[in-house]
Amino acid sequence: MYKVLKATFITIWSLFVLFPIMWAITTSFKPEAAVVNGATFIPWLEFQPVLTGWKAILPGPDSLTNLLTPTLNSFIVTAGATAISVAFGSLAAYGLSRFTYGWKKYSNADIIFFFVSQRIMPPVVLAIPFFLVLKQLRLLDTHLGLILVLTSGLMPIVVWLMVDFFNALPREIDEMAMLEGCNPIQAFFRTILPLSKPGLTVAGMFCVIFGWNDIFFALTLTATKVLTLPVAVIALNGTVTPYWILAASTVFSIIPLVGLAFVIERFLSRGSLGGAVR
Amino acid sequence: MKKGYPRFFLLPGLILLIAIIIFPLLFTIRVTFSSWNVSQSGLNFIGGENWSEMARDVRYWGSLLRLFYLSFLTVAIQYVLGFAIALFAWKGIAARRFFRVLWLIPMMTTPSLMAIIWRSIFTEDIGALNGLLNRVGLDPVNWLTESGPANFAITIAEVWQWTPFMFLILLAGLLSLPKEPFMAAAIDGASAWKTFARVTFPMMAPISIGAIMIRLIDASKIFDSVFTLTRGGPGNATETPAAYIFQRSLQDFQIAYGSTLALTYLILAILTLTIIGKVFARLSKPKGI
Repeated sequence: MYKVLKATFITIWSLFVLFPIMWAITTSFKPEAAVVNGATFIPWLEFQPVLTGWKAILPGPDSLTNLLTPTLNSFIVTAGATAISVAFGSLAAYGLSRFTYGWKKYSNADIIFFFVSQRIMPPVVLAIPFFLVLKQLRLLDTHLGLILVLTSGLMPIVVWLMVDFFNALPREIDEMAMLEGCNPIQAFFRTILPLSKPGLTVAGMFCVIFGWNDIFFALTLTATKVLTLPVAVIALNGTVTPYWILAASTVFSIIPLVGLAFVIERFLSRGSLGGAVR
Repeated sequence: MKKGYPRFFLLPGLILLIAIIIFPLLFTIRVTFSSWNVSQSGLNFIGGENWSEMARDVRYWGSLLRLFYLSFLTVAIQYVLGFAIALFAWKGIAARRFFRVLWLIPMMTTPSLMAIIWRSIFTEDIGALNGLLNRVGLDPVNWLTESGPANFAITIAEVWQWTPFMFLILLAGLLSLPKEPFMAAAIDGASAWKTFARVTFPMMAPISIGAIMIRLIDASKIFDSVFTLTRGGPGNATETPAAYIFQRSLQDFQIAYGSTLALTYLILAILTLTIIGKVFARLSKPKGI
């Protein structure tokens, strides 16, 4: 009885997970007529698969838009924001895990809460002031501008994950290093950092996911030069929604990250993700 | 130990974060006392007019109430489903590595783009769902233009997108649990249900709380699915504060009034989440193992 319930649940959940993705993939191969005249599902039976949607987004004679430059922009912005967030965030997290800071009545817990609370900030609150600041600094529509703005949303995740991760690493490790004559900074870089690869990888992967998927800041703070992938796709929307092109672009833009699912699974199975959330 | 070392670690990140955030925040506070809009740009001073207008803005308070129920509902569903599939993927099913990858995939997709796919599924004339209903001989449903179904559509999109996040955090937590308590339970002959209720669930409490808090923080910002699926409609039936503020400040360009709404929204979000965090901390402490 329990086994049947379990199998049913797993089947239904897997179908639910797969359905929108299968729908996006089939839609990306549909001709216009198979979309606008009502829902069609089974290729070859209900519609003849064509490459119209894909030709519109890839370079070539039928190209409507070039998604390769936006892809490159997304790579640069995501990598930049991830690198800054992981570097500064993990340093701060290590400090918060090992030392006691005090300023008036504020303690470590309050500082950690301050970091995490930055993530509560809804993008819509910050969009306009960020626009004005970046305009003043001549950083509007530049990679650096978008990287800095994204960092404010990503660093909190790194601090949240890494404080717990460093807390789980025995203090004896750094104490040993310091007994051997390292100062705390050397102890961190020589002994703790090499042990922290799993935690840093997980924190980095979360940054990559959230950075790659940001749309709000990219939409309001960049115009033409630093068009990111999601923004470029949204811009394809016309008076008649060209679902076949949008579906092709969606499939195109999720391919790089789906690879990450395999990476994360390998980490899980090797058991090295456990420490990162404790 | 010399005082400089602790500072070396904390200050770069703290200063960078404050530098990025401080001016936008101060600006937002100042602009709420001005009348910055399409025809009048600049920081004049009009006192508390925006604030009293906000107090009377039924549409705004309605959107906050809706967010309250929408975020708690979606996060609760994500937690229950995420925990269930995490337990299945933890041990005891064949091909669990395959299922782990499969169940992670929605988290890797771009929410704003998946929202377009969801619209193509829920859209009423040519959408997949009404197409399927039609094939099995059922009447089409007005998924996006009727209040109940529209809220359902948004809930489905949110659950699909973010349950994998819960799943990932909870599965990683399950995999890191020590083995001894489970052996002790097995020796005592505890049933599967009892082992879960007395061992697994209490040991997962800290991780559960962390995952729920992070999800609540992100759910307080629900925007992509609402904006793409329904634009807040029909009427205002699905409008969240983020969508309403987006319209007032970035489409109608009422920057001062939009900032007033945004600042209040931020303060309320921080207050609510702090209280929830404190309650969770108290609930989880006395039990423990």
